[in-house]
Amino acid sequence: MEISGYYDREANLLDAVKKLRENNISIKDVFSPYPVHGLDLAMGLKRSWLPKAAFVGGAIGAISGFGLQAWVFTRAYPINIGGKPFLSVPSFIPVTFECAILFAALSIVLAYLFKSNLGAGADNKIYDERATDDHFVVVLDASNFVHNDAEKIKMKLEETGALDIKYHN
Amino acid sequence: MSEISTREPLIKGNKSLTNITDDVFNPIVARPNKLWFFGLTIAGTAALIGLIAIVLTVWKGIGLWNVNKTIGWGWSITNFVWWVGIGHAGTFISAILLLFRQHWRTSVNRSAEAMTIFAVICAGLFPLIHMGRFLLAFFIFPYPNTRGVWVNFNSPLLWDVFAITTYFLVSLIFWYVGLIPDLGTVRDRMKTKFKKVIYRFLSFGWTGSAKHWQRFEIVSFTLAGLAAPLVLSVHTIVSFDFATSVIPGWHTTIFPPYFVSGAIFSGFAMVLTLLIVARKTMNLQDYITLNHIELMNKIIILTGSIVGVAYLTELFMAWYSSNEYELFTFINRATGPYWWAYWIMMTCNVVSPQLFWFKKLRRSIGFTFFMSILINVGMWFERFVIIVTSLHRDFLPSSWEMYKPSIIEVLIFVGTLGIFFSLFLLFVRFFPVIAMSEVKTTIKNK
Repeated sequence: MEISGYYDREANLLDAVKKLRENNISIKDVFSPYPVHGLDLAMGLKRSWLPKAAFVGGAIGAISGFGLQAWVFTRAYPINIGGKPFLSVPSFIPVTFECAILFAALSIVLAYLFKSNLGAGADNKIYDERATDDHFVVVLDASNFVHNDAEKIKMKLEETGALDIKYHN
Repeated sequence: MSEISTREPLIKGNKSLTNITDDVFNPIVARPNKLWFFGLTIAGTAALIGLIAIVLTVWKGIGLWNVNKTIGWGWSITNFVWWVGIGHAGTFISAILLLFRQHWRTSVNRSAEAMTIFAVICAGLFPLIHMGRFLLAFFIFPYPNTRGVWVNFNSPLLWDVFAITTYFLVSLIFWYVGLIPDLGTVRDRMKTKFKKVIYRFLSFGWTGSAKHWQRFEIVSFTLAGLAAPLVLSVHTIVSFDFATSVIPGWHTTIFPPYFVSGAIFSGFAMVLTLLIVARKTMNLQDYITLNHIELMNKIIILTGSIVGVAYLTELFMAWYSSNEYELFTFINRATGPYWWAYWIMMTCNVVSPQLFWFKKLRRSIGFTFFMSILINVGMWFERFVIIVTSLHRDFLPSSWEMYKPSIIEVLIFVGTLGIFFSLFLLFVRFFPVIAMSEVKTTIKNK
């Protein structure tokens, strides 16, 4: 079972998240119509490792872009173009750069979609359709609670100014 | 704080969060007005005519064009550079202005990015057709093949292939990553079952979870960091198509910055053309305010002045270098058979943007609209002047030629204008034109 509390102000939401955590009530997730500043700190979310995916992708892109050009021009298909050296590093830079950017961008976006379970046809649970409009939703996992706890949590949510509280199975 | 509060608000009308959703969502479900159908009919017809001209060119061959062995690049490459240039504003707004934390960009970035993608599509068409053998265009990509040959990595034309492909893909994913949350909002608001299914598919299962938002922000910033140097690199590489050659008037080191600022200059002009119409017809005056128009006009003064300085530097260097070919080219540009093109370029790009120093003109919508068109005319002529005047009289007077486009070349250009405006009209009809979730972060009464 899950309990969700609804707020219509960013400040109330941040307050509620802090209070719930102070009372050792673990928050399953928070849904908001826009990125709320300071929410990740309040919820204690860890820093994302996604930029590393971009770095690794970019490095692979740069190495493979440069490697392909070097291999083609020295091994696979060395042709003499106006007497220029086969391994002419300066003229390989633009393609290397573009490959680095392309691979970095693709890797971070794919990692992001994959990690967040987003993608064409993904059907993630929507608690309330107002969460993408103007409401902030705090969802608590209540499956391990006994009845009294659930009541207490409901009271806590009300204390923090929740406009509405719902139970989900 | 006091400084911020004395500034004009980014959006007007004291909107609540749900007002913003309403304003962006309603045009998607409402029946579009007559003006929209009228626009789409005109643009669609133009696109169709262009398509016929392209099919004819592919069918019969490049002989239908008036390019000749002296002026091999003509209108198609002029149009290519013009469209790529226009395609620079979107990513400039969303990447560079994001890194500089210019919050006003939130009202305009979505449509500017869409415009970028459509402009790059139009741009990409030209080199493909210009190759003459459209169906073999995939030969430009390096892949192992039974012919046993590879592409020439020393050629700036190949760098272009990589630059434009990368730019298109990165702009596309940047745009779409930003769209996902807003498509989620549209999905949740949608009442019609069929449309809901479509937007559910398009919104990638977005929920607005805190963890997703955290990743979303970091992905946006990283993509912006990647796209910022990319924007600068793309037109730099396009300018290498010219600068690495030995043709007088092309062989100059100032081309990269000169082309990049010209690109942003014309891109902003196109954004203004589109947004001035869109804000009026779609009732977005509260989001795209006079303040936004004024800020974009300031960028136009900046980039337009850089372009002006570049033109004067070219002239100065032509004289200072004591290179007779270089000097001849520039005298020929200004006084030769194509003098009119040169002076249209000078008037539209150097003189006219300086009028924006007057605050009254900067904040006049009618004047800005007129200027936005004038600037793009000027920027088209810039590319025409660079390409045609340099080629038509080079080192050997025996190969001097004149060039004027054939009707087919003109129709292909008209066709790309049609494709561009059709795509943009379809975009404003089916997608959230304003980045709702980003605008929501900038308002105060939340």
